[in-house]
Parts: sequence; structure tokens; C-alpha cells
Amino acid sequence: MAEVAVLGVLAVAAASLDALLGGRSWDAPWREAARLLGTARRTTVRSDVLLMRTGVVVLPVAAALAAAVVPLGGGAAAGVPVSVVWFNALEVVAWAAVWLVGWGTNSAFALVGGYRFLAQGLAYELPHMFALITAALAAHSLDFRKIAAAQDGLWFGVWMPVAFAVYLVSALAMTFWGPFGHPVGDDVAGGAALELSGADRLVFFAGRYGLLAVAAAASVPLFLGGGAGPVLPGWAWSAVKAAAVLALLVWARRRLPVLRMERFMTAAWTVLIPAVLLQMLVVGIVVV
Amino acid sequence: MVWAVGTLGAVAVAFGVAVFAVDSMARATFALLASFLCTGGLLMLAGLHYLGVLVVLMMIMEMLVMAVFMVMYMMNPAGLMPMSMLHNRRGALAIAGTAFAAMVAGIFAVPWPEREGRPRGDPAVALGEASMGPKMLVMMVIGVAILATMIATVALALKSGRYGDGA
Repeated sequence: MAEVAVLGVLAVAAASLDALLGGRSWDAPWREAARLLGTARRTTVRSDVLLMRTGVVVLPVAAALAAAVVPLGGGAAAGVPVSVVWFNALEVVAWAAVWLVGWGTNSAFALVGGYRFLAQGLAYELPHMFALITAALAAHSLDFRKIAAAQDGLWFGVWMPVAFAVYLVSALAMTFWGPFGHPVGDDVAGGAALELSGADRLVFFAGRYGLLAVAAAASVPLFLGGGAGPVLPGWAWSAVKAAAVLALLVWARRRLPVLRMERFMTAAWTVLIPAVLLQMLVVGIVVV
Repeated sequence: MVWAVGTLGAVAVAFGVAVFAVDSMARATFALLASFLCTGGLLMLAGLHYLGVLVVLMMIMEMLVMAVFMVMYMMNPAGLMPMSMLHNRRGALAIAGTAFAAMVAGIFAVPWPEREGRPRGDPAVALGEASMGPKMLVMMVIGVAILATMIATVALALKSGRYGDGA
């Protein structure tokens, strides 16, 4: 389970980096966590507490279960032969989590946030899936470990840059982070997370950092050659690369504004999907 | 193994019952989803990893989309007032009872074949070849055609597309 723990540490580091980039101290997330743990939970009228709590808890659980199949260096915590599909299934759990939280609190803006994430998820799941499949196609395997092993010499990120770029963009969207943060956007007073307070809020946002860390870590076996690299052992290279990608994703939040959702969804359907399909065609021709 | 299968099966049935026992559309949707997830787990226990994980992936996506439509079209969607998923109780009971009895009878009546030989290395490949065989290429082309149709439909339906406001 060391792999899952390493990704947990990365998630905490991402929160610290985000605080630093936002002009606060590195320990701001810790103080925020302590404050949230000491805060009484706010309740809303006629909320569906069961569904809301399910949504909150399921987010970090999905991140941890996804982390179990992502290899650091050679082996993963759980040796699943179809780990790419498993990883994608658990990313999609985030849709359920955000919708449940938005619905369960019985609050209008929270509900808007929940529905936004569904629309957004549908638009980004297809390009995301095709980016994953492109790497799997080149390696003839749905196993992260075999995909990483298939990249000796030339990283997939180098010779299939479109798939890598689409993966990074859709990973941001699937974790409703940065430019794709409308489900918890300020224009709907915090969206799905509006009524979350105390421990609920802490668990929910910790789960989002977890998902972000897992998405960054998965890009290493998919596109960045896994643990390959000079001098350092495999797990160290994996961790370094994952940290670099994660830093890029966190940085993107501070550098890019929240994009207008309907415009970017149009781009997702009409640009990202055809682009990644063409990439897949090229990879298919090269491989076969 | 037997225990895991039994537990997953029982939990799947329990969530299936819950679908008709809860009084909120959202809860019914997610009870159904939980039931399907147990079914995916059963497939994985049977060694069909790809199919099992695929069931989990597809069911989450599908049930979430379905939640949107169910909430949109149902009367009293939020369960703010007590709502029942039960309709035509007697007829439904008779149909369900007959179907259940027929299926249980089938389990005992069918002469199950003995296993001959060993299963192939990759059950997903074996399943694909068993169900599609030489028509694999046709299926793949049709798959891409369906996807292209979906994307074209969305592109046409966009505000800036053929049938948008500005057209």
C-alpha cells in the first residue's frame, strides 16, 4: 500500500503548493483542516443526509482505490490486468460524488453545481477515454505496468503529444479543477460544495486533491515512460515525474481563469474528440 | 470465494429491493446503481476482469445520466412527499413470481455441461471472438460510425450549428 500513501503525500503537497501560489503560507491547508475539524456542521432544511454523506465519503475512497492500480516504478499496490479501465471507472465515481453532494444538501446553487459537473463530465469523458485508449493501443495492453514497460526508448508523450495534451486537459476537467472548476464555481456561490461545512467539507476537498494527484500519477505510466530514467531507482523517477505533472496542474489553476463552460464544451465535442481520434488513427497505423 | 459470491449476490438483491422501498427518485437511482456495482463485482469474481470493470464504469455513467432524466420527468421527483415505485401490485406480483419460479426451475432443469479443457488465457479476447468472430472488423467500423454520428448530431444541435437560433 506504499503507492497509495505516496499519492496521499503528493495530494497534501499539492494543497500546500496551491496555497503558496495563492500567496498564502505553505501550512494554510493544515490550518484550514484544523479549522474545519473544529467547526460544527451546518445543516439545511430537508436535506438528504444519507446521499450527501455518501457523496462526500465516496470521493476520497475513489481516489484511493484508483491510486491502488497506478504503478510507482515496477509494481502497483493492486495488480489488476485491466487497470486503465479500473482507473477510468473510479474517476467517473467523482460525477456521482459531486451530483450526490449537490442534490443531497437540498440547496439550489449546490444543485446547479451538481448538474454542471454531469454535463461537463459527459463532454470530457469521451476525449479522456480515447486518450487512455491511445496509450493502451500502442502498448497492446490495458495494464498500466505493461504500458509503462512498452515505452523503452521513446516516451508515448513524445510521439503522441495530442493524446497527452488531451489527457491533461480532460484530467483537469474530470477533477473539476482550475479552469474547469464551474461545478464549485464562485458564480454559483461555491456550487456543489456550497452547503458543505466542517468535516464534510474537509473530506470532500481532500478527495478532490487525491483525485488530482492520482490523475497526475497515472500520466507517468501512460505517457512519461513510467519509472524509466538514469541513476535513480524506478519508484523515485515515478514520484518525481508525478510531482512535476501535479505541480503543472496546480499551477494551471492559478494561471488560467475559469473558462466559460458552454464554450469549452463545444470545443470538447468538436475539437478534442476529433483530434484525439486522429491521434488514435495515427498510432493505430504506426503500431499495426 | 463462495462466501464473497453469496455476499455480493445478497447485497445486490437487497439494493434491488431498496429501489422499490425508498420514497425518493434519487435514492432509488443510487440503490439501483449499487445493485449493478455488486453485479460487476460478481463478474470480476468469475475471472472476467474486463467485463466486470466495464460494467462498473458504464453503470456509473449510465445511472448518473438516468438520474437526470428520472428526476426531470417523474412526478414528485425529490421525494418531498411520500412516493411509491409500486404500480399494479397484483399483476406485477404475479408476473415477477412466475418469472422467478421459471428461472429457478431452469437452474435445476437444465442439464449443465461439464467443463471440457481449460479456459483461454484472456477471457476478454475469448468473449470477443466468441460473440463477433470474423465480423470483428465490421463491428469496429460500425462502432466508429456510431461515434461519428453522435458527434455530428451534437455538432448540429449546437447553438451555432445547423439547427441553432442563428440558423
